[in-house]
Amino acid sequence: MGLLIIKNVLLNHKPGVLLIEDGKIITFKQEMPLDSSAELYDGRGCRLMPSLIDAHVHLREPGFEYKESIKTGLEAAAGGGFGRVMAMANTSPVNDNASVTEFMLRKNMDAHPAGPFVHPVGALTRNLEGRELSPLAELKEAGCQALSNDGLPVKDTELFRRAVEYASDLDMVVIDHCEDVYLAADGVMNEGVISGYLGLKGIPSVAESLQVSRDILLAAYLDTPIHLAHISCEESLELIAWAKNKSIPITAETCPHYLLWDEEIVRGYNTMTRVNPPLRRKKDVLAMREAVKSGIIDIIATDHAPHAAFEKQVPFAHAPNGISGLDTALSLCLELVREGILNLDDLVRLMSVSPGRIFNLPVNAFQKGDQADFILVDIEHEWRVTPEEMLSMGKNTPCMGQTLKGRVMAHFIGGKEIFSRF
Amino acid sequence: MNWTHKDLLDIESLSIEEIRHIFHTSSRFMEINSRSIKKVPILRGKSVVLFFAEPSTRTKTSFDMAAKRLSADSFSLASKGSSFQKGESLRDTVLTLEAMKPDAIVMRHNLSGSAGFIAGLLKCSVLNAGDGWNAHPTQALLDGFTLSRTWNDDFQGKKVLILGDIAHSRVARSDIKLFTRLGCHVRVCAPRTLLPPCTRSWPVDVYNDLYKACLGIDAVISLRLQLERQKAGLLPHIREYSTRFCLKQEHLESAAPGVKIMHPGPMNRGIEISSDLADSKGSLILDQVASGVAVRMALLYLYLARPKHEQEIPEG
Repeated sequence: MGLLIIKNVLLNHKPGVLLIEDGKIITFKQEMPLDSSAELYDGRGCRLMPSLIDAHVHLREPGFEYKESIKTGLEAAAGGGFGRVMAMANTSPVNDNASVTEFMLRKNMDAHPAGPFVHPVGALTRNLEGRELSPLAELKEAGCQALSNDGLPVKDTELFRRAVEYASDLDMVVIDHCEDVYLAADGVMNEGVISGYLGLKGIPSVAESLQVSRDILLAAYLDTPIHLAHISCEESLELIAWAKNKSIPITAETCPHYLLWDEEIVRGYNTMTRVNPPLRRKKDVLAMREAVKSGIIDIIATDHAPHAAFEKQVPFAHAPNGISGLDTALSLCLELVREGILNLDDLVRLMSVSPGRIFNLPVNAFQKGDQADFILVDIEHEWRVTPEEMLSMGKNTPCMGQTLKGRVMAHFIGGKEIFSRF
Repeated sequence: MNWTHKDLLDIESLSIEEIRHIFHTSSRFMEINSRSIKKVPILRGKSVVLFFAEPSTRTKTSFDMAAKRLSADSFSLASKGSSFQKGESLRDTVLTLEAMKPDAIVMRHNLSGSAGFIAGLLKCSVLNAGDGWNAHPTQALLDGFTLSRTWNDDFQGKKVLILGDIAHSRVARSDIKLFTRLGCHVRVCAPRTLLPPCTRSWPVDVYNDLYKACLGIDAVISLRLQLERQKAGLLPHIREYSTRFCLKQEHLESAAPGVKIMHPGPMNRGIEISSDLADSKGSLILDQVASGVAVRMALLYLYLARPKHEQEIPEG
C-alpha cells in the first residue's frame, strides 16, 4: 500500500490532512504535502476520531442467529464507529471452550476479514452455571480477550475469588455483572416510585451496589483488577470513587442508556425500555454523567443486546432484557457533548483509549506508527432512527423514531475503508 | 354523555364526570336487575369474548351475566385447555380472537400492563378484568358504586381504609385512584413487606397498626391474602399475619358510626377478615357482588353501544 492522504478533516478542532502508509499513521499535518503520487481521500470536513472499542456486546452467534449474527452485528459496529467489540459468552452453546471461540473468530474472518473485529469474552464458569471454572487458559489460547459470567453473576464468592486469581495468572481481566441475584430475583425494572405505581416487581439499586462492594473488597484483598460492567446507580459510583481513591484496581463501565434515560420512560410498559440493570432514577442519571466526566467511570460500552421484534411484542414482564446499541451509541453520546457534559476528547477516552488500555487492545492515538483505525464523524449530521437505518438485526431501542445528531460517515481499519456513508 | 373511550384499562384515564356517569348508568341497571325479567335487548347482535388467562369465578360470571342480560353473546375462553396454554403468545391469541370479529374482549391476565398491551394491538374494545398487580378498574368502580349508594353519592372527606397485601394488589391500586379522585382520604394498612416501594409518594396515609388505622374510618376494604406470600419470605406465617391484620369487631370500635365493611372476594375467613364481621350488618360484601353485575352492564353498554347513542336504556 502506498501513501494515503485523508484531506479536509479536523483533528482536535484543527483542520488538516492525515497521512497513512502501509496501514499505519505517519502524521497529521496542517498543510497538504507535495507528494503527487499519493492516493487522496476527501474527508469532507468531518472530524477524525480513533475507531471505537466496545467492551460489551452480545452478538448472539452461535445459537440465536434470529436475533443477530456475527456478520450483522459487526456491520452495525462498522456503521456505529466500533472497530473492535468484545462479545459476551451467553451464546448457545456457551463460549466456554476453544471450539466456540474459534467458531466466532472464523465467522468474523468469513464476513469481515478487514474488520471490524470481534474479541470473544470467555465464560468464567462452565455453561455460565457458576459451579466450576471454564478452561480459562484454553479460552485465552483460542483468542478470548477477557472473562465474564455476564448475565448470570457468580453467586458463590469463593468460586468468584478463585476465578479472579486464576485469570490473573493469564493476564486476563474478569468482567463482573454486578447483581445480587436474590435481591434482584424476578425484578423487571428499577424498584421505586414507578415500579410501585405500575405494579411491576422491582430490582433495587442495592442489588447492584452490594455486589460492587463485594468486588471492590475482593480486588483490594487480592490486589487484582476486576472490571465492573454496566454500572447504573449512584451508590455504586460512591463505592467506586472510594476504591479509586484507595488505588484499588477497579475499573468501571456504563452504557449510553444509563447516561440518557431514567425509569420515567418505562411508564406505559414500553418493552423497549426493559434492560438489566434497569433504567434508574433521575438522580442516578445525573450522577452517572458526573462520573464519566470525572473518570470514576472508565469506559462507555453499549451492552448491545439485540432481540427479534416478536420477542419484545409481549407484556412487559415477559419481554427479554436488552437494548440494541451499536447503531446509536456514538450519536447518543454526542448528545452529552452538545449538552456540555463531555467534550470530544472525553468521548475518545471513554470509548477508545480506556477500553483499549483495560483490555489490552490496540488504540490509535494518531501518532506515528499507530494502527490507522479511525472514523470520520459528521457531528452535525441528523438522522432518524428507523429499522432500515439500523444495521443491527435488533431494532429494540427506546430511541426508535427519534432524530439523532452526529453520525459516522466513514470507517477505516488498518488504513482501509471498511464502511462509508459518503 | 358521549362515550369516546375505546378501552377500559385503568381508573386514571376516566374523568370524574365519567366515573359519575358510570355510577348513574349503573343505578339504572340495578333497577333492571331487580325486575322479574332481567333481559333487555340493547346489545343484541354484539359479541363479547371473556378471555380469562388467570382463574376467576366472580368477575367472569359477573361479566358473563352482564353481557347476557344485555342480550349480547358472550364466549368464554379459559387459558386452561386453550392454545394459549400450548405456548401461543398473547399477541397471537388475541389477534386470532379479533379475527373472529368480537365487539369486545374482556381480559384477565397475570401480567401488569397486559390489558394496555392488547388494547394497542386490537381495534375492538378491551375491558380490563384485572392485569397483574396493575389495575382492576371494574372492581374499583363497583366498590365505588356500592359506597355511592350507601353514602348517597357523597364521598367528600370520607375515610377509606384498604387493608392487606397492597404491594401485589391490582384492586388496591385501582381503589386508591378511584377513591382519591372521588374526594376520599385513603389509608392503607399492611406489614412493610406487603407495601409497594415508596408509598410515601402515594396519596395515602400508611399504617402498620390496625387499631390506629381504623380510627374514624367510614369504610374498610380488606384484601385477600395470597397464601404464597409466606413461601416468598414476605411473612413469617399466615397465623402471625392474622394476629396482626385480621379485621375484627374490636378494631372497628373506634371507627365512624355505621362503618362499612367490604372485601373483593374470595375471602379467607379468619385470615384477613373475621367470619362474624363478614356476615355483620355493616358488611357490604354481597352488595358489592350485586353492584358488580350492574356496573359491568353499564360498562358494556357504554363501550359497545358506542357509535349508536340513540339506543336508550328502556325505561322500567
